[in-house]
This record gives sequence, structure tokens and C-alpha cells, in this order.
Amino acid sequence: MLIILDKVNYVYSEGSGFEKKALDDVSLTIDKGEFIGLIGHTGSGKSTLTQHLNGLLRATSGSIYYDGQDIYDKGFVMKNLRSKVGLVFQYPEHQLFESDVFTDVCFGPKNLGLDKKEVELRAFQALEMVGFPKELFYNSPFELSGGQKRRAAIAGVLAMKPEVLILDEPTAGLDPKGRDEILDQIKKLHDETNITVILVSHSMEDVAKYVGRLIVLDHGKVMYDDTPKKVFRNYKELEGMGLAAPQLTYILNDLKEKGLDVYTDAITMEEAAVTVKKALGGY
Amino acid sequence: MNIVQAKDLTFEYIIRDDEDNIENVKTAVDHVSLDIEQGQFIAILGHNGSGKSTFAKHINALLSPTEGSIWVDGMDTKDADKLWDIRQTAGMVFQNPDNQIIGTIVEEDVGFGPENLGVPTQEIWERVDASLEAVGMTEYRRHSPNKLSGGQKQRVAIAGILAMKPKCIVLDEPTAMLDPNGRKEVIATITKLNREEHVTVILITHYMDEVIGADKVFVMDEGKVVMSGTPREVFSKVEQLKALRLDVPHTTELAFELEKAGIPMKRGILTIPEFTQELMRIRGNK
Repeated sequence: MLIILDKVNYVYSEGSGFEKKALDDVSLTIDKGEFIGLIGHTGSGKSTLTQHLNGLLRATSGSIYYDGQDIYDKGFVMKNLRSKVGLVFQYPEHQLFESDVFTDVCFGPKNLGLDKKEVELRAFQALEMVGFPKELFYNSPFELSGGQKRRAAIAGVLAMKPEVLILDEPTAGLDPKGRDEILDQIKKLHDETNITVILVSHSMEDVAKYVGRLIVLDHGKVMYDDTPKKVFRNYKELEGMGLAAPQLTYILNDLKEKGLDVYTDAITMEEAAVTVKKALGGY
Repeated sequence: MNIVQAKDLTFEYIIRDDEDNIENVKTAVDHVSLDIEQGQFIAILGHNGSGKSTFAKHINALLSPTEGSIWVDGMDTKDADKLWDIRQTAGMVFQNPDNQIIGTIVEEDVGFGPENLGVPTQEIWERVDASLEAVGMTEYRRHSPNKLSGGQKQRVAIAGILAMKPKCIVLDEPTAMLDPNGRKEVIATITKLNREEHVTVILITHYMDEVIGADKVFVMDEGKVVMSGTPREVFSKVEQLKALRLDVPHTTELAFELEKAGIPMKRGILTIPEFTQELMRIRGNK
């Protein structure tokens, strides 16, 4: 068990008129190598939860263990946790600030106090991992496309060699192809290095396609925690939480209601095509 | 009457080196000619860097063409005297709601535009009332904008534009930062404005399902308009759109996959009821 959250509560502005419970008795365990999707409407507690995982926020009550250690123990070094749990914020390209991409990616590992050679090696490897084109390593971040900037920003976090990578809406604002490319790259990274990935997303299609486990938050509570297929069976309840299921779930359920015997759990385009074809019979 | 008319509209970004010498010239919009009728709902699609935002910024004269011309409600955007009239005619809503809200209370924010236009106080309030009503935010009029959800903030931003009584609203990826509910709210709001108030809507988006209800879709690539037509016409060209780094709505794509597998589905299916109906027809014919 890599991360354990035990009855974590987080209350904003405690004692004032604006008091708000952002996390409500959250208990979770996360294993090494999992690929987890985290969904919930704006204000459901997703960002608050991810910021607890690398110690940016401190729980009002409850415990968090990382690799067997209580992160709120006196002797626990928060700085180590922050390098182990890498957080890629929304629109991370706004945080690129060096004059060229390579120097920017070096910034994180340099701050870890590593020697120059190791820093540069890590920056190089990180840029390779995100599929950043070599000929652009020394270009200014301003000369890059949206997708390239985002890759550079993710590389900056990967260069710290985190064990857990948390991505907050890594595809917001990208065109459909750019979305697929970034997510394919993250999937590849996950498969090759066994890094634990937590993907915060508003896109049900994306989480359906990539993650093995889906956690749904609503009003700071964990409402569902299961495989995407099983979670999307509750599509009507998800709508009540301001969410939705993938479009395919709606199509298949509509067909089922009209008497066509399709497998409504299908969540990829291929699966859906197969089950519809089979239900029709003879094509 | 065309609310927007572009003729050979071209815009070049000039990239200069440290000594101010011209290093590179990038043509972001390349001889675009198109007409948009008053009252239509128009969608513009295109991958990142295809020139759609640069084009949109010409509609309210944030950018001025390098070559060619664009007329907004008959006014040439190069005519400096008409600048404020043009910006009042065509309002813009951007991606990030936090960058466009300035008031400390919702109703103040909505009143900011007409106040700057010198509208009499009594009328400002009437416009604020009507605009908040139109976007369904009346009950939040006394709230602080920073306590609102993303979708609500975008609706306030839209109300702020409406209060200037524009004939046309240009929205540049207004839902990119929103959750599914927020996206639905914003799309429902602009659809209603278009149908009931007959405001021309020009929507730029990466979400294909937001485009289904549009009267006309333009697809841009490398600064040019490469496809145009009704959503049904455009989305029936699945492979061509994918080659342009775009996509089609999932319903359309599933129908296309089935067609490839030998099921005689018609092209360009956009909605779930249409899909189901077509499949039932095929089953009945067997």
C-alpha cells in the first residue's frame, strides 16, 4: 500500500461564517502502479484531495500515510514527499518561466540539490518520456504549440522522478488530437515505468478509456470507487452530482430500452461497435 | 443582411529577433472570405494553432487585418472612428471566466459595460436586470463572483456582454475550463439567446458535441477555411476531420464504425434518438 488516507477531513475557514467541509471523512488506499481517475464537479473536493497527497494542505483531522510513514509525524520530511508525489496543475504551461525548455525542466531537480550532470540527465530523460521533440529542447517555451508546452511542463515534474504523478486536467484547452496524444503518452509512461498516476478530469470519455479505477467525489465525500464500467452503471446518479457518463453509455442504454440486447457496460468505441453488431445479428 | 463579412482576410504575425530584425512571418489567417447572417448560430472548429482565435479577434477589432477586410454590421474594422461601435455590436467571451470578471458583486460586473458606454443609470439597471434574467442568474445578483461555479461565472460574463446590447457574441472556447454541468449551462444559455433574442452566436470550441445544434460550421486549418456546411454535412466526413486533428461526436463515430463493419447506417447521424431510430429501421428491414 503506497498511500493510505484514514478518515481525512478538511474544513475551510473553520469557525467563521464561511466554514465549509471540503473533504468529509475520506478513507482511501492507493497501491503502487495504479492508474486512477478522479472525477467530480467543480468544488467537489478533487483539488483539495490531491493537495493533501503531497502535503500542500494539511488535514483538519485524520491521517495520511505514505509508504508506511505518517506524513504528519514530527520527524517526517515534507520536502521528500513533494518530490515523490509530483503534482501537475491545470494549465501548467503558465508556470514555464525559463528562457528555454531544457533549462526549465532542469529547475526542479536542480532544487533537489543534485549535481549538474544528474540534473541534465534527468531533464533529458523526462523530455524523452513525454515525447518532446529533440530539435525544440533549446527553444523558448513561448515558441511552442499548446500540446508541446504542456509536455514540457509535465517533463518538469517528471524530472523530479516522482513515484506518484497527479495530473489536474492535463488536456484542458487542447484539440481532440492533442488530447489523445498527451493521454497516450501518459499511458505509455505508466505502462513502462509503473509510476502511479492519478488523473483528475472532467472528460468521462478520457477516464473511461485510460484508467483502471475511478473515484467519484461529491461534496467532499467518496461516492464511488470502482472500475469505470461499474461506476458508469450509475449514470443517473452521476447526473445528480453534476456529472455524466460517456456518450456511449447513453447510446447503449437507449438501445437497450428499445429492446436491443446490447452490453451496456461497453465504454470504448470498439466494444460498443462489437456489441451493437452482435445484437443486430447477421452483419 | 450579413452581420459579419470577411473578404480575403489575412493576418500575419511578425516575429522579431533581439535586434528587432524580422526573423519570421507567420500567416495566422490566410485569405479567409466568409459571410455570417444575422441571427445564425455559427461554430468554428480547428486544431490548436489553426487560426480560429486570431480570426475571431478580428470580429470585434481586437486585431486589424494585414490584408483584406472584415465588416461587422456593415462597418469596416479598419475604420478607427467605428471602433467602439464595432465592439458594442460584437462582444467577446473568453476561455477563463476569472480573467473577465472585475466587479465585486455580480450586478456591478454586468453593469460595467453599459456604464462605460455612458448609458443613463436607470437604463443600466434595466439592462442589468434583463441580462441576468436572460442567463438565468438573477438570484445571484448580489453574490460575489468568486463564490460562483465556473459555469455560473461564464454566464455572468455573457450577461456583461448582453448588457451592451450586442447583435453578435463571439465565444472563444467558453467551456474549456468547465465541468460537464457548467458546459451544459453555458451551451443552453447561448442557444436560448440565439433562439429567443436572435443574437448571432459565433462559438469556437474543441468539443464536437457542442456544435450539433449550429446552423453552420466552419473548419479552419493553417489559417484557411477548409470545410463548411451544416453540422450534418461536416460530421459526415469523419476521416477528413480526423486528419485535421479534430473529431466527430461519439454518436456519429459509432455510426461510422458500424457502417465500416458493413451495417448500412446513413451518414452524419448526430443525436442519440436519430441513432436509435436508424438502428431500429435497419433491424426492421432485415
